[in-house]
Amino acid sequence: MSTVTDPEQASFRLSMLLNDTRYRSLTFQAIAAILLALAFWYLGNNLIQNLRAAGLNISFQFFGEPSGYDINQRLIEYDSQSTHGRAAIVGILNTLLVAFLACLTATVFGVFAGVLRLSNNWLVRKLMSVYVEIFRNIPVLIWIIIIFTIMTAVLPAPRAFRGDEPEATMLFGAIAFTNRGIYIPAPVWGPGSIVVVLTFVASVVGVIAYRRYATKMLYAEGKLLPMAWPSLAIFFLPSVIMYFLLGRPIGLDYPELGGFNFRGGLQIGAPLIALWFALSIYTGAFIAENVRAGIQAISKGQTEAASALGLRPGRVMNLVILPQALRVIIPPLISQYLNITKNSSLAIAVGYADITATLGGITLNQTGRAIECVLLLMLFYLTISLLISAGMNVYNNSMKLKER
Amino acid sequence: MKKSVFFGALAGAALAGGVAGAATLDDVKARGKMNCGVSTGLVGFAAPDANGNWEGFDVALCRAVASAVLGDANAVEFVPLTTKTRFTALSSGEVDMLSRNTTWTFSRDTDLKTDFTGINYYDGQGFMAPKELGVTSAKDLDGATVCIQTGTTTELNLADFFRANNISYEPVPIETNAEAQQQYLAGACDVYTTDASGLAATRATFEDPTAHVILPEIISKEPLGPLVRHGDNEWGDIVRWTLNALIAAEELGITSANVGELGSAAGDNPEINRLLGTEGNLGEMIGLDADWAKRAIAAVGNYGEIFEKNIGENTPIGLARGLNAQWTNGGLIYAPPFR
Amino acid sequence: MADTHAHSVAFARKTQIPPSPPPASETGVIKWLRQNLFATPANSALTLVAIWAIYSILAGTVPWLLNGVWSTASLSECRDALQGEVGACFSVLSERWNQLLYGFKYPSDQYWRPNLAFLLLFFAAAPVLFFDLPRKLLIFTGLYPFIAFWLIWGGSILVPIVALLGFVAGFVVFDRYGKQSFATGFFGAIVAAFVIWTLGGIVIPDTASENAMLSQVPSRDLGGFMLNLMLGVTCVSLSLPLGIVLALGRQSDMPLIKGICVIFIEFIRGVPLITLLFVASVMLAYFFPPDSTVDLFLRVVIMITMFSSAYIAEVIRGGLAALPRGQYEAADSLGLDYPQAMRLIILPQALKISIPGIVNVAVGLFKDTTLVSVISMFDLVGMIRGPILASTEWNGVYWELFSFAAMLFFIVCYGISKYSQWLERRLATDHR
Repeated sequence: MSTVTDPEQASFRLSMLLNDTRYRSLTFQAIAAILLALAFWYLGNNLIQNLRAAGLNISFQFFGEPSGYDINQRLIEYDSQSTHGRAAIVGILNTLLVAFLACLTATVFGVFAGVLRLSNNWLVRKLMSVYVEIFRNIPVLIWIIIIFTIMTAVLPAPRAFRGDEPEATMLFGAIAFTNRGIYIPAPVWGPGSIVVVLTFVASVVGVIAYRRYATKMLYAEGKLLPMAWPSLAIFFLPSVIMYFLLGRPIGLDYPELGGFNFRGGLQIGAPLIALWFALSIYTGAFIAENVRAGIQAISKGQTEAASALGLRPGRVMNLVILPQALRVIIPPLISQYLNITKNSSLAIAVGYADITATLGGITLNQTGRAIECVLLLMLFYLTISLLISAGMNVYNNSMKLKER
Repeated sequence: MKKSVFFGALAGAALAGGVAGAATLDDVKARGKMNCGVSTGLVGFAAPDANGNWEGFDVALCRAVASAVLGDANAVEFVPLTTKTRFTALSSGEVDMLSRNTTWTFSRDTDLKTDFTGINYYDGQGFMAPKELGVTSAKDLDGATVCIQTGTTTELNLADFFRANNISYEPVPIETNAEAQQQYLAGACDVYTTDASGLAATRATFEDPTAHVILPEIISKEPLGPLVRHGDNEWGDIVRWTLNALIAAEELGITSANVGELGSAAGDNPEINRLLGTEGNLGEMIGLDADWAKRAIAAVGNYGEIFEKNIGENTPIGLARGLNAQWTNGGLIYAPPFR
Repeated sequence: MADTHAHSVAFARKTQIPPSPPPASETGVIKWLRQNLFATPANSALTLVAIWAIYSILAGTVPWLLNGVWSTASLSECRDALQGEVGACFSVLSERWNQLLYGFKYPSDQYWRPNLAFLLLFFAAAPVLFFDLPRKLLIFTGLYPFIAFWLIWGGSILVPIVALLGFVAGFVVFDRYGKQSFATGFFGAIVAAFVIWTLGGIVIPDTASENAMLSQVPSRDLGGFMLNLMLGVTCVSLSLPLGIVLALGRQSDMPLIKGICVIFIEFIRGVPLITLLFVASVMLAYFFPPDSTVDLFLRVVIMITMFSSAYIAEVIRGGLAALPRGQYEAADSLGLDYPQAMRLIILPQALKISIPGIVNVAVGLFKDTTLVSVISMFDLVGMIRGPILASTEWNGVYWELFSFAAMLFFIVCYGISKYSQWLERRLATDHR
């Protein structure tokens, strides 16, 4: 008791590495670093030994070699003489295409179902909750296969359009729904079509400007300008007038039955549609839940206050509730977009040529370069995810600033 | 954290246990079982029956090797592999041999470091089309939609064929044979292409097989055969010569019925004697005992018997011997001499 | 007052009028209909659309369901039995029932083993899921993994016993020394467990599994819905501790440890599960020691566990972040060190908040176990797409099989999500 240790004597001792909180973290980190290095060394060493034993090596040379296979769905020029690298790019573009389309429609489905789940209509409410529960609780892979099967089995084959009394007919004589995909007329750009397109772009800008102006008038002078008709007029009229003035420069190339298939027009392949639809309707169920949660997070007082101001229910939703709810909805919405992008890798189940099917599928099979292909595949998805996350952080920060 | 270590240790001990060193033969003997990579389900070649027993043409070869090496045709673990996983499974030692209708190609033999040990089926890629389409030749297929099973050499052959004939087509890559059939029958593609044997097997399962024709063009050579890891020549020899023993047995008239009798004592034909171990020491040369070939033939029958039992004309698959007849009957099946 | 008033008027009712029934339009079914279905014209339109949708769905499926054939041996027989009418061939389910549930290789006389393991799962999970049950039941939960392992894989009973002993030894050591110094206890426990396992590995003869009470089943023979359930349960339970460690690591103020955890979590969350499964099936074999092979099941378990632990870590991090700062400060001011503070104060609360999120991850993960069919494992979807659809008898049966698979998953996932909602409500009242 009498021998009190001298506090001055706090020189460094080895045991302090374990017992002193100032140094202990260094010890732990050193241990962690050693363990990590050991793990990497162990795995790397195994890899090298295994590859040497099998006589293989790591090489990305195959990227420059002709791939030898064809891809039916492609956004850029590609044929079987193109390189594996180009096949991978075709795959990347296809992944981005289906992910983008599915994000759009999933949002529409989700917002629609989410709002309807809070509807006053009992039947609609129940129907929407059945939709949400069914789609949320069944694996997306099963949905993709089921929807692809439905498309194949229910839609007619191009053969059915043939003959004097065909079993199937084209919608408006222009659109054909077949189990190979949907054929729609493709625009043909004649001379002068650029003018029409520019006019159209200008009128879109015009519509936005008009609506801004109308809002400004409403707030500044209390004048309520008509919205719907002028917007529609600005949107359509100039382009239509220009179109006829220039002598119809834009034509339509209608799909026609020729040989085995429809020829001409624009084909949207069945795998793309099946994957697109399955991803949208599956993710839509999740988004519906996010939307519902977001709307319910807004206190009931807001709805009541808005109603007290005399706003109609539709306007209450559009002007008061949704703008506030968006702040709650958007972060989970973006992570759903991320899920769509990742789930699009299930394209291989329906034969859609996304990056997993080209680089991680056929290229991997043909070259046997498993390690290289899988690494690159992961790198691609990682990049996309990080970009989307970065976007989300930017959005979150911008929302934070507005909070009071 | 701890738990996963435990599980790894435990499962590593109880479930895997396998060791794949340089000498596959020793490993197989030590393990008492041979791991054989097969397809995930192609009727006639390798498919589990309703009781889960693997059956088929490729499966029989695995069983033959197992009975030659281990004396038990059931000492085989069948590892179903997709086209994607098959080569990794072989080179990482997960399977000892691959008997999975794999086409022998240059790059697979060299760049992928595998060794093909023979050909058990000469196949070629063909087309099947509905009769009502009125197509008589693959060259009429301009603009057609073609269903392909992905992950095989078929895509490359198809691309080459259409390119060489300067006609256009639209490929529809499909993951499994069953789904490809579904697409084809629903008319989502005009023709279905895969190996001719597969086409016949597929057509056999249709409600009305006569409504579909197999086009005369065979657009590729598809020599299918078993393969082993590169570098283990002793093991490669065993697989190669087991296959040859089955082929030679047919040529020499040894069947699963008479192999016991023929192998009990040396007979008049010296080649039969050498093959069945009643004369010479061929078994010893490949590290097995004298009865190796006898056991293999007794277990699964000779090449012809295997063919007839699994894919021959009396089975639903209904394949004719064609190229796969013995060389004495105008086919390509030919075993080097046993001496 | 009342009296004067009563005398000044000619008539005053002495009794209350019996309440007359409300008008027909404001009562019972009609009122309910009016309020809930036909409140406004737009609403009525919606109702009609909904009724039409329900009708068209039912009109398509009900005859098909009711006309179903349950007892034919192949699709062609089934088509004959239907004689061209609309109807389902459910006989594929009755004929391939065992294959769908257990895969095609699990020995058929041993089906009671997975069944029993499945039944016991409920007893093991109950004390974790429902807090009201006596805590003593957790002992069974602790024993369950070993029992289930033994039941499903069979082989020597010594293996799970040695594994269990290792854990017991570790726990004893931790209990003994962990009170003085967490680190000593923790590392001591790991060392003790490994010593027991190594000793056990030496003691158990290699042949112990050959004539065991329960015959050994290689994991390659597992399949069907059983495989989905096993992967789901195993990976979720393994990833919980890993997820906690990662979440704590990510919150740590040691830069290196934090960095490792952040990179791991973001990497795993950034790639689709299917690429990780490709890693398991085509790459992982190269990373194990050259002279060993690791079972595909185990490889897949490793990858899925890593996958789900990253997601669970993020959920738990949310729980940690939601705790008021005061809790951390209170723990510090009590003089608790980091392990104590975490164990006694922070984690119990944080985990409680995170349970609904963890359950959601678990449901998602369970659904994702179907992806193993892509790498040639015969789970429920793999069985359907592989052996069953490829067989000559059942080639061409799609709806029946896929609706069955969908139904099984729906039952399990819906059940779990209902539990999660119940829990959320319960936890919400606790906090008020």
